[in-house]
Amino acid sequence: MIRHATIEKNSLLMLVLVLIVVSIGGIVEIAPLFYLESTIEKVKGMRPYTPLELKGRDIYIREGCYNCHSQMIRPLRDENERYGHYSLAAESMYDHPFQWGSKRTGPDLARVGKRYSDDWHVLHLTNPRAVVPESVMPGYPFLAKTPLKYDDIEKRLRTLAMEGVPYTPDMIKNAKRDLLAQLDPDSDDADALIESYGDNVQLRNFDRQPGAPTELDALIAYLQMLGTLVDFSQYDEKANQR
Amino acid sequence: MQIIIGGLLVIGALLGLIMAGKGDDSVMRLHGSFILIASLGGIFALIKSAYDNKEKPAQETGYMDTVIKYGLIASVFWGVVGFLAGDFIAWQLAFPALNFDLPWTNFGRVRPLHTSAVIFAFGGNVLIATSFFVVQRTCRARLAGGVAPWFVFWGYNLFIVIAATGYLLGVTQSREYAEPEWYADLLLTVVWVVYLLVFMGTLAKRKEPHIYVANWFYLAFIVTIAMLHIVNNLAIPISLTSSKSYSLFAGVQDALTQWWYGHNAVGFFLTAGFLGIMYYFIPKRAERPVYSYRLSIIHFWALIFLYIWAGPHHLHYTALPDWAQTLGMTFSVMLWMPSWGGMINGLMTLSGAWDKLRTDPVLRMLVVSVAFYGMSTFEGPLMAIKAVNSLSHYTDWTVGHVHSGALGWVGFVSFGAIYYMAPILFGRKQLYSLKLVSLHFWTATIGIVLYITAMWVSGILQGLMWRAYDSLGFLQYSFAETVEAMHPFYVIRATGGVLFLFGALVMAYNIWRTARGDVRAEAGVPAPAAG
Repeated sequence: MIRHATIEKNSLLMLVLVLIVVSIGGIVEIAPLFYLESTIEKVKGMRPYTPLELKGRDIYIREGCYNCHSQMIRPLRDENERYGHYSLAAESMYDHPFQWGSKRTGPDLARVGKRYSDDWHVLHLTNPRAVVPESVMPGYPFLAKTPLKYDDIEKRLRTLAMEGVPYTPDMIKNAKRDLLAQLDPDSDDADALIESYGDNVQLRNFDRQPGAPTELDALIAYLQMLGTLVDFSQYDEKANQR
Repeated sequence: MQIIIGGLLVIGALLGLIMAGKGDDSVMRLHGSFILIASLGGIFALIKSAYDNKEKPAQETGYMDTVIKYGLIASVFWGVVGFLAGDFIAWQLAFPALNFDLPWTNFGRVRPLHTSAVIFAFGGNVLIATSFFVVQRTCRARLAGGVAPWFVFWGYNLFIVIAATGYLLGVTQSREYAEPEWYADLLLTVVWVVYLLVFMGTLAKRKEPHIYVANWFYLAFIVTIAMLHIVNNLAIPISLTSSKSYSLFAGVQDALTQWWYGHNAVGFFLTAGFLGIMYYFIPKRAERPVYSYRLSIIHFWALIFLYIWAGPHHLHYTALPDWAQTLGMTFSVMLWMPSWGGMINGLMTLSGAWDKLRTDPVLRMLVVSVAFYGMSTFEGPLMAIKAVNSLSHYTDWTVGHVHSGALGWVGFVSFGAIYYMAPILFGRKQLYSLKLVSLHFWTATIGIVLYITAMWVSGILQGLMWRAYDSLGFLQYSFAETVEAMHPFYVIRATGGVLFLFGALVMAYNIWRTARGDVRAEAGVPAPAAG
């Protein structure tokens, strides 16, 4: 029988015991998520973000959008009617980091893609109260005026590839070309972009203004693809019960 | 130890120089220059003290209290900054024009500044200062490591400045309460290891056979935060000269890792560490022994074991597998017991000294903090039950819950410790004014009550509005209508915040006058009102 006084008189022993006691919960809960195959559902349609969408996502993170917007629809009747099909783990399998959020000061964005026009997004991000009078969202007029910096886009794709996102060496090499092609569906490179990423890529000039790509282009490209990838007509709910 | 610290400073100066010169982005270059300047300042101070020692060897006797004095001043300063930032964003939610349409002032960037400023800048400085204060006195030993405690203090505050300026300039990992980017995380890791060494070294030097219970909690806090910080911040930078990184894990694994961290930032930073404060300052101020030694053993081990499991309750009904959600819920409910074990041990320590609550506003602050701790650790397990969580999650109820713990428990127990330590550290007989402590107590309490009641109402109201159906079976409210309904509560909440901030300013004034050695002419301590 170990007396507690023994632990109280030995700081190293106490340190070791504390470390053991606090390690157990995390190991039991987190480690299985990496090897249980049922953790991530089998779905069709998931693909890595295009370079433009990835830049948009990085702007979403930079501005702290996750502080007020979740990207995680729960399997509750009202949420499914308000936002659409509940979110699957598979839908964020390439999200480094995840953006599930914890607070809905604004609505959930997991399936906001294709719900509003690009024009609406341009107006809304510039001055939210121009289209939603009750909104308390900050305005982001500077996005439309800030040219998109994408000189490090290859590095971004390469880092994500190291972490397991299926970017091929060609996708990394052509990242700049693909980024520009998504804004110009008539360009020669547009076909190559679709070839690499699939036909669920949306190509157009997202910020509705001519000239060099802006941060607004990237952010709207990201918002317009959210929740549009998985083909739910082919999703087998029963097979993915966990 | 001097040589190791000197080596760390030289490495810091070199890395700072490289970051400042070769950084890919302006934030990296700015932060490099911060690190360079801080390291050079440290090297200068080391060399200067070496010369001073040659002329007149410093006396290594008694407690090392100057660094704690700095920690106390930093705590008060960051407290005011953090509360101000919080109240500013509270008004932004009531009046969005206050975002000013600028990147640096929008809610999304200032909210992490607020949370980091109150948790890590205010709370962290309080924890470092009080742990240094307590460990020396309960071990009857001077802090170990020579200049190492100074390295911990300045290194930690450098981390705070880098984190805070980074958020405003758009550098963030987007992990709640772990937003600082990879290089700031590495800096904190180095500082934290030195902190652990100082703490363990002081324990090793102790002249008391037993390690006092407050130190168990400080030790658990320091060790567990190290583990959480390292695992949750695993990331690969896109280049060694860029401030941008991508988290190593993705999606569901990333989410659970983050909330394993996030909930235990509450459990070990904001609970275990502050229980250490409770276990020293309440018995000292009340001049009564801790109520139950046996209870402290049981609730210590139960608390640190159970807390770690509770993370998944932040992910109820999400794409996290059900088994993990159920485990998280179960352990969260069990966590109620050790939490109340701590509350009972704190409150019952007042046995035989309850009358002091009428005459000593500092003790009143400490005791009310424990009452708030009991309240929010009852509310927490309740909200971790899936059925309750389906309503409360994503709403202001969560925000209110956090603030009853943060303002009521963490805030008040910190204020009590600051008021206790200030006269001792500044070498004064007493505080400048106990009446001002009382004023602080009452304005802050009214502020908290306004805050949490407003958030209960707005949270439950919005949760109910989201799921309301009309007689035809359609959703009754659009999302925008539920946002509009929040407005009056956001104004009430922000008003409560003003009161809390006012209390902190009163405290800052009181501490400043105490440091100067002033004593306000007061006709004794206020007598209890009728009844």
